[in-house]
Amino acid sequence: MTPATLQAEKTVDSSGDLCPTPILKLSKGIKEIEVGQVLKMIATDPGAEADMPAWARQTGNELLDSHKDGEKFIYYFKRVK
Amino acid sequence: MSKSDPNSPKRLALIASKGTLDWAYPPFILASAAGAMGWEVGIFFTFYGLPLLLKDIEAEVTPLGNPAMPMKMPFGPQEFQNINWPIPTAMMATPGFNSLATTLMKQTFKNKGVASIPELRAMCIETGVKLIACQMTMDVFGFKKEDFIPESEVAGAATFLEYAAEADVQLFV
Repeated sequence: MTPATLQAEKTVDSSGDLCPTPILKLSKGIKEIEVGQVLKMIATDPGAEADMPAWARQTGNELLDSHKDGEKFIYYFKRVK
Repeated sequence: MSKSDPNSPKRLALIASKGTLDWAYPPFILASAAGAMGWEVGIFFTFYGLPLLLKDIEAEVTPLGNPAMPMKMPFGPQEFQNINWPIPTAMMATPGFNSLATTLMKQTFKNKGVASIPELRAMCIETGVKLIACQMTMDVFGFKKEDFIPESEVAGAATFLEYAAEADVQLFV
């Protein structure tokens, strides 16, 4: 799936935040959408590049896509449970 | 306290034994991150870490106890802010220096986008982290249960060890 085809139910912007805030905002955001829906996550913390997939692996939610847009890292997560 | 169900979430057991501002970060960062990943988390606050459960956290940083600690200026051009100012030991011991270092550290952390200790503690509470006050330390230092935030609970070494024995990750800070 490419970013262009992904429809996010909700967007969480954690630009300017350092660890662990992006993960905290992500976990809050995912609880605000339904199972099966998609969350778009924006982060600028370079540590998020490794932390976002780790969060997905640990929580069992699915990381659908990640890419860089200039200075920002963009992630799409599907809530699985 | 038993974790016999194989499908139960991972568990993190932390001991927070230091109460300075710098050392308050690791337990609260790890606990809130683990909570955000759906883990079960318990922090045992003992010795100098116990005041981190007080309603108002008054943690300061002491450069005197951290000989390798550089000083960063939270203002001015980026090149100036990036300088690691070495602190002469004699200066670390001057009155008021801890307050100055604390102010600079809080401002630098805030500028960089790191959450404050009260914010991280609030996130821990929100994600259901168990905050356990060490009964022995309370008795020795004269703290009462009412001195702490209402979300805290009181227990001793055996209770924590039982909890930690079932944990996937155990860390002493």
